[in-house]
Amino acid sequence: MMIPSPWRADFPAIAALQRQDQTYLDSAATTQKPQALLDALTHYYANGAANVHRAQHLPGAHATQAFEDSRSKVAQWLNAGDRGQIIFTHGATSALNLLAYGLEHLFNQGDEIVISALEHHANLLPWQQLAKRRALKLVILPLNADGLIDLEAAAQLIGPRTRLMAVSQLSNVLGAWQPLPALLAMAKAHNALTVIDGAQGVVHGRHDVQALGCDFYVFSSHKLYGPDGLGVLFGRNEALQQLQPWQFGGEMVLDANYHDARFRPAPLGFEAGTPPIASVIGLGATLDYLAGLDQDAVSAHEAALHDYLLKGLEARNGIHLLGKPQVALASFTVQGVHNADLAHLLTEQGIAVRAGHHCAMPLLKSLQLAGAIRVSLGLYNDSEDLERFFEALDQALELLR
Amino acid sequence: MSLPVDAVTALHAFQNAPGWEQRARLLMQWGERLPALSDEDKVDANRVHGCESQVWLVGELRDGHWQFSANSDARLIRGLVALLLARVNGLSAVELQQVDLPDWFNQLGLGRQLSPSRSNGLNAVLQRMRDLAG
Repeated sequence: MMIPSPWRADFPAIAALQRQDQTYLDSAATTQKPQALLDALTHYYANGAANVHRAQHLPGAHATQAFEDSRSKVAQWLNAGDRGQIIFTHGATSALNLLAYGLEHLFNQGDEIVISALEHHANLLPWQQLAKRRALKLVILPLNADGLIDLEAAAQLIGPRTRLMAVSQLSNVLGAWQPLPALLAMAKAHNALTVIDGAQGVVHGRHDVQALGCDFYVFSSHKLYGPDGLGVLFGRNEALQQLQPWQFGGEMVLDANYHDARFRPAPLGFEAGTPPIASVIGLGATLDYLAGLDQDAVSAHEAALHDYLLKGLEARNGIHLLGKPQVALASFTVQGVHNADLAHLLTEQGIAVRAGHHCAMPLLKSLQLAGAIRVSLGLYNDSEDLERFFEALDQALELLR
Repeated sequence: MSLPVDAVTALHAFQNAPGWEQRARLLMQWGERLPALSDEDKVDANRVHGCESQVWLVGELRDGHWQFSANSDARLIRGLVALLLARVNGLSAVELQQVDLPDWFNQLGLGRQLSPSRSNGLNAVLQRMRDLAG
C-alpha cells in the first residue's frame, strides 16, 4: 500500500535532497522547512531588518510587531491562554539551562531533582550540574520493558524531598509517549516544580500546556519545521515568579546603574541580548502553515507511516527494536552487525538516518548498547522513502552478513 | 616519495572499483587482512576516542621507520584503518610528517570518510597518529 504525503511539495528541500539521491529520514534531529517559512525569512530580510523592543523608528516597530505576533502564535499553539508566558531562548538546551540556573536559588543541600533514565543530554546535564553545584540528589526514574517511565518506581522515588521533576514527553530514542499526567500528579502532590521537555513531543499532535498542568514546557523551533537557533519556554505565571534572570544585558533591564540594576518581568527579562528575530518571525510563519493543515490527516499520515516502518523492520531477521516505539521514529540494532558498519553502508546509499548514541549516552549504556540506528519521520516523508531505506538496509545487510 | 607496495596495490584496487558496493567489499577484505591486535595492545591507553566503534592504535619507531598496528570492532573502519596503515607503515619520521593523508583517501575515492561530520573515527585515528609521531 502506497502512503503518499500530501504536504511533500510544501517542503522544497525534499525535492532538492532527492535530486542529490538523498532520502531524508532524520527529522528527529532536525526538520526540513516549509516554503512558507522561507518566504517569511526572505520577506523580513528583504523589507527591512530592525532590532526589537528598542527603536522608535518604523522598521523597529514593524519588526517588534511581527516578533510579538509570533509570540502570540506560539502561545496559541500551546494553548497557554493567560496562564503563563512564552519566552524565546536560543534553543531547547538553552531554555533548560535557563531553568537550571534561574531556579538554582530555590534549592538547598539534600533536595532532590527527579529526571528519567531516557533523558536527552539537554534535559540531563543542566540538572546534573545543578545537583553538583548545590549538593543535591539527582534521582533517576527507571523505565519498564516498553521504554516507559515506570510509574510504580516513580511513586516510590518522587517524595517530600523532590523539589523539581524534569521529564521528556516523547523519547528521542524510544519514540514512546511518557505517562505525563500520572507523573505530574505525583510531582504536584509534593509541591515540586515540573518541567516537560517537549522537543520531540511538540512535533506530533497538538499539546495543551493548561491541560497538562506543568510549570514549564520547553521545545525547539527547528524540530517543529521552524528555523534553528530558537527555543521556546512556556512558564506558568506562578512558576515564573520564582525564576530569576540568568543571562544579563540588552533590553532585559528595567533600570541600570553602575553598581546595581533592576530587571523586567517575563518574558523580556529572560531574553537578554538581541533575540533571534528572523527565526522568531519564521517560526510564526511555520505555525501559520501548520495550523492550516488538517491535523487529523497529519496524525493519520504519521501513524500510517510509522506502522509501515515498524512492519518493515519486523519483517526482517535479526532486527532488535529499542523499546516499543509509538510514533515518529524507531531505533534498532541488528544482531551480529556493528551499527557503525550499517550506518556506513546506509550513508553510501544516500539514506540519511542517525547512528550512535542520540545524545542519550546513559540510556544507551543502560541498554548495554554502544549505539543504534534511528529512522525518524517528518510529515513530508512517504512510503517510497521507507522503501528506499528498506532496500538499502537489505543491501547493506547482505554485504555485512 | 614513492608509494609503499601495499599502497600501490590498494590504489589500483580502489580506483578500479566501480561503485559503493564494490568499494565496501574491498574495504571489508582489507579489514580482514589486518593482523589482530594482542590483548595487551587493546587497552584504554591505546583507544582512539571520538569513534562510534572501538579503535585501537599503537605505533613504534623501528630503525628510524614507523610501524603502526591497529584494529577495530567494526569492519568498515577496520578497512579504512588498514588502508591508512598501508600508506604510512615503513615511512621515516620525516616522511610521515610530509604525507598528505586526506589526499591519500581522496585518491582511493574515500575522501568523504574524512568529512568533519563523519563520526566513523577516521579523523580521530589520523589525529592520534600525528600525536604519536610527534
